[in-house]
Amino acid sequence: MSAQVRIPTPLRRFTGGAEAVSADGATVGALVDSIERNHPGIKERLCDEAGEVRRFVNIFVNGEDIRFINNLDTPVHEGDEVSIVPAIAGGSFCPGLATLDAP
Amino acid sequence: MSLRTNEAGSARVREGKVLVVGVGGLGSPAALALALAGVGTLGLVDADRVELSNLQRQILHFTPDIGRPKIDSAKEKIQQLNPSITLVAYNERLHAGNLAAIFAAYDFIIDGTDGVATKFLINDGAVLLNKPLSHAGIVQFHGQALTVLPQRTTCLRCLFPVPPHPDENPTCQEAGILGSLAGSLGSVQAAEAVKYLSGAGELLTDRLLTYDALALRWREVRVRPSPRCPLCGTPRTITGLHPEAYELERLCAPV
Repeated sequence: MSAQVRIPTPLRRFTGGAEAVSADGATVGALVDSIERNHPGIKERLCDEAGEVRRFVNIFVNGEDIRFINNLDTPVHEGDEVSIVPAIAGGSFCPGLATLDAP
Repeated sequence: MSLRTNEAGSARVREGKVLVVGVGGLGSPAALALALAGVGTLGLVDADRVELSNLQRQILHFTPDIGRPKIDSAKEKIQQLNPSITLVAYNERLHAGNLAAIFAAYDFIIDGTDGVATKFLINDGAVLLNKPLSHAGIVQFHGQALTVLPQRTTCLRCLFPVPPHPDENPTCQEAGILGSLAGSLGSVQAAEAVKYLSGAGELLTDRLLTYDALALRWREVRVRPSPRCPLCGTPRTITGLHPEAYELERLCAPV
């Protein structure tokens, strides 16, 4: 399965500034691993040591929050659009994402 | 639905009372738009003074205002724009102890603050006191907004149950903000307040609006009230405002 994944601005330094990347996988977790292979370092920004999505990151498949589907096991279908949306707090993105160098 | 042709809606705006917490990057354009829209009563909360670095986005403050309390500077400009508006100025920092007394008189709350702890405080206070709220955040080239109708639609805690602890963000640094981004999101917040008061249109509820100024895209994702939300879910673990819950340090540069 190939899906478009929308990358929030603080993580675009991992994607060479790209706003969206294509990734392969049957689940959101597999997509994250696929992105990590092409853009090393991004996974640890999205997931904690236990492999769960960080508390201040929300991931949506076709606009639906994966926490209300099946978290990282949420299925992904060909052509789905996946969005990564970090919390914003106090002029910065929230923990784990840190801030970015302006592209 | 046209606001101009809807007399009942216009009357509700004229009688409406909106509180803008923070007259900085978001609060300046929001308060300005609300004053021009003819909102009857505008409350402003801010304890800061104007600094040079504020001016690129905090459009109610001008160069001669540097050093003045923001609340005085904001009040002066708004009175000049719309002398008929009732302005209530709170030259104080919003905290768990004064929130209820300040929120009580208002129909709608706009969060124009910068601190993470304050954003959670405002969300919790609004939900507990049943005050509709426009939440927004901006950083660099990115903004987000969400409108909250307490106990009915998704709140900030439904999305992020606990505020981040400063220790969790060791690399946080001053990120800077595209000045016009503040205007974009602050204007969205003002629009939500006017729509709420007038009853026009569809509010930004259960939809998280994201704005990417670099790609120039407004997008939205669907969000839902969380059954495990500590504020509006079950079990409800937040039932009051306890000061110690909001004593997190400021993480970053002011919005």
